[in-house]
Amino acid sequence: MTAILRTGTGRTGFRLSFGGGPLPLYLGGAIILGWFVLALLAPVVAPYDPIYQDVAARLQPPSLAHWFGTDNFGRDILSRVIWSARIDLQIALFGVVFPFIIGTVLGSCAGYFGGWIDTILMRIIDVVLAFPFLVLMMAIIVILKPGLSSFYVAMALVGWVSYARLVRAQILVIKSSDFVVAATSLGYSHSRIMFRHLLPNAILGSVVFSMSDAVLVLLNGAAISYLGLGVQPPTAEWGIMIAEGQSFITSAWWITTFPGIAIVTLAMGFSLLADGLGEKLGVRE
Amino acid sequence: MSVKASPLLEVTALNVHFGGTSLIPAFAGPTLRAVNGVSLTVMPGETLGLVGESGSGKSTLGRAILRIGDLTSGEILFDGTDMARATVGDLARLRRQTAMIFQDPYGALNPRMRVGEAIAEVLRVHRKVPRDKIGARVAELLNLVGLDEGYARSRPVDLSGGQCQRVGIARALAVEPKLIVADECVAALDVSIQGQIINLLMDLRERIGMAIIFIAHDLAIVRRLCDRVAVMYLGRIVEIGPTEQVFTDPSHPYTASLLRAIPDIDPDKGLPANPLTGEPPSPLALPCGCAFHPRCPKALPQCSTGEPPSLEGVGPHRAACILPPGEITI
Amino acid sequence: MSDTVLSVRDLTVVVHGDGPPEAIVDGVSFDLKRGEILGLVGESGSGKSVTSRALIRLLPGARLGIAGGSAVLGGRDILALDENSVRAVRGGEIGMIFQNPSSHLDPVMTIGRQIAESIRFHRSVSRGEARRQAIDILRQVGIPDPERRYDAYPHEFSGGMRQRAMIAVALACDPDVLIADEPTTALDVTVQAQILKLLMDLRDTRGVSIIFITHDLGVVSQICDRVAVMYGGRIVEVGDKRDIIGNGRHPYTAGLVACQPAEGHPGERVRTIAGQPPRVGQMPPGCRFHPRCPKADAVCMQTRPPLEASGTAHLVACHHPVLNAQEVAS
Repeated sequence: MTAILRTGTGRTGFRLSFGGGPLPLYLGGAIILGWFVLALLAPVVAPYDPIYQDVAARLQPPSLAHWFGTDNFGRDILSRVIWSARIDLQIALFGVVFPFIIGTVLGSCAGYFGGWIDTILMRIIDVVLAFPFLVLMMAIIVILKPGLSSFYVAMALVGWVSYARLVRAQILVIKSSDFVVAATSLGYSHSRIMFRHLLPNAILGSVVFSMSDAVLVLLNGAAISYLGLGVQPPTAEWGIMIAEGQSFITSAWWITTFPGIAIVTLAMGFSLLADGLGEKLGVRE
Repeated sequence: MSVKASPLLEVTALNVHFGGTSLIPAFAGPTLRAVNGVSLTVMPGETLGLVGESGSGKSTLGRAILRIGDLTSGEILFDGTDMARATVGDLARLRRQTAMIFQDPYGALNPRMRVGEAIAEVLRVHRKVPRDKIGARVAELLNLVGLDEGYARSRPVDLSGGQCQRVGIARALAVEPKLIVADECVAALDVSIQGQIINLLMDLRERIGMAIIFIAHDLAIVRRLCDRVAVMYLGRIVEIGPTEQVFTDPSHPYTASLLRAIPDIDPDKGLPANPLTGEPPSPLALPCGCAFHPRCPKALPQCSTGEPPSLEGVGPHRAACILPPGEITI
Repeated sequence: MSDTVLSVRDLTVVVHGDGPPEAIVDGVSFDLKRGEILGLVGESGSGKSVTSRALIRLLPGARLGIAGGSAVLGGRDILALDENSVRAVRGGEIGMIFQNPSSHLDPVMTIGRQIAESIRFHRSVSRGEARRQAIDILRQVGIPDPERRYDAYPHEFSGGMRQRAMIAVALACDPDVLIADEPTTALDVTVQAQILKLLMDLRDTRGVSIIFITHDLGVVSQICDRVAVMYGGRIVEVGDKRDIIGNGRHPYTAGLVACQPAEGHPGERVRTIAGQPPRVGQMPPGCRFHPRCPKADAVCMQTRPPLEASGTAHLVACHHPVLNAQEVAS
């Protein structure tokens, strides 16, 4: 197999690239599909109930009975990791979809119509960007009520700005191209030009970005849950599991390590998918 | 043909200026005068060539006429309606009767749309044919521009430049326009393909009878295709008239130098003895008087002052130069 | 021959795609004599630009590779040199000028420094001496007030002046060969005439040999001494410009001259070459022109015609060369 060409950490977290070929696309897709199937089949695959506390079997290291060991309440880590996938995939999905839709619609309006719509929207974006991302998220969640739905609302309120800026920039470039001028000269309506001609050409970058954004959202979700503002115990979620296990990190490494590996693999899956899609669709971030 | 034909398009004193305005006058930048008091007419079925070098404002003028570019002031009478002050309804009518052909054959087509879809879209939006006849009409239009109907399923990237340009023309014809503005529509094509597109335009003009405003910098093509020609320099028409008259007997020094600068395909003719010196000044800072005077070999002192000369002359051939026509020869 | 500056033999450039590598420059051979202007004429995809890039070993795109041949300049084969020696050849013995000066001049370095930099890279001279030489070159290419313009940035120059500046950069080290890739295509005709005049003057005063790449037969007939016509990556005909223009013996050359819009009368259809130029990945076997050639037969479809003498210093690669101009017209 071809060697890993570049690795790096940035806003998108963890990124890997392979030289050429659709390998990243398929590999990323396979990882995400794998987790999806696992989440779907959780009741079948998971050996134990994720919240069942077996007091007699607390802090067991990995064994044949408990492959990933147990935590301080005697819950099976493997089962909890599998069940968590349901929550975390949902976080990645909704945490991306709402900002994507809001950002795309607002960004394309700003780019296409320009003028005062653009000015107002760009000022709002400046205001949102002026706050540190996580601090703003936490503030919104605290005001609403800690929980998963508040997390989605906060994500939508804060996350749309990246999509809006991306789409707006694309629209501005494409707006002046001849086929859009042609569409105008042929008397097409604004909505037709926007949705049939501009967006299909402008949105590719956002689609690719959304994949790497999913990584960020996933890590955010875990961070917010870790801080006690997202998913509430005893629900199994990777972020909470890491938070709960951190006091045992020296004595029972398995409590934090396995959910950590789970986050990393899923994030890698999204990242690979983003790279592969970008390459396949000819989009450079 | 009616005896007393009325013009299809009548442009009067059209100005297109960019920039130069600001809420605070002191911050206003210089005004770019792209089109300066241009007046011209186009008769139904006529082909008018619009020639000039880069920055002469010929493309800006073409776009302003179709109202896809801004305009500052002036009148554009299309079929009796002033499109410079068009209502939404007027503008919709203009769109249904005009079309544009572009320079970049690939850029003018949506890269994510199949060729047939792009043409069908025009038919659907303007309800040109009943829904069930759209496919047949698309095939008919493709055949009209010399393409097999099988191309309807192709994407622009699969086609050559010449084929793409044919699709662009088919799409323009789908609206059944009375006026087509062709903006440098063969400049990006290879010479052997240019001829194919020029001939296609000639054929279509005969069969359909639409008027064409043919914007180009290649004078040889203009001479071949156009009934009349307007020569532009820095946003003004400096000479306008029947093509052969303008080419054989130019009445403006700029036209004369332009014609002499075109390289003849004749190995025994060398470079022109004394080519025009300098380059066109920036349209941001137009010279006083006649804009051509800094480069004009025949310039008189009075050329550099006052208002630029207006188009003078009897009959259809007019030029904006104070010199009598006999003294133009350089 | 002692007066041959550059001798190219069987130059082959291949493109690595999904299938087997395909030659987009296929066995190109020509000689460039001292003080000669050789026109390399062809349409898009003919391989004329790739040929010139191969000579300075800067192929556009990672999928292209030189697959064979030699290019002997001053007793050395450029194609066999290592990367360090090639760098000394570029800008040293071979200067390049391109169609678009803006993208080939460093926007954040003054014109004068770009020239001086090149002089100091290739020769060991003092800073002051390099500056003096650079100003001298700027004067030679017709830039007014060179002492002051030395410190100007490329964006402060007009289009024609920028092209002059790029010629100055290319001339910095007094090269033996100047490769000019469509240097006037982006310029207006009046400015084009000035630049062509400059190139001819430089040839006369400095004795530099020029490979002039263009698609414009008019420009070719004005400034070239000899012409090589390329089609589908091969030279199909080479000879004195009087042998080629008007007396071409390859059906493609003859067709190309005939389909110029200037050849003929107003309103008349333009003569065309049917079909499309071959695309990369779809080069036809045998003679690459055969799908468009009116004289093609079974031999043309299978066997590549060799480049054979058709007169003194006139070579044609055709199984059925055109006999005279009348034959084309029929």
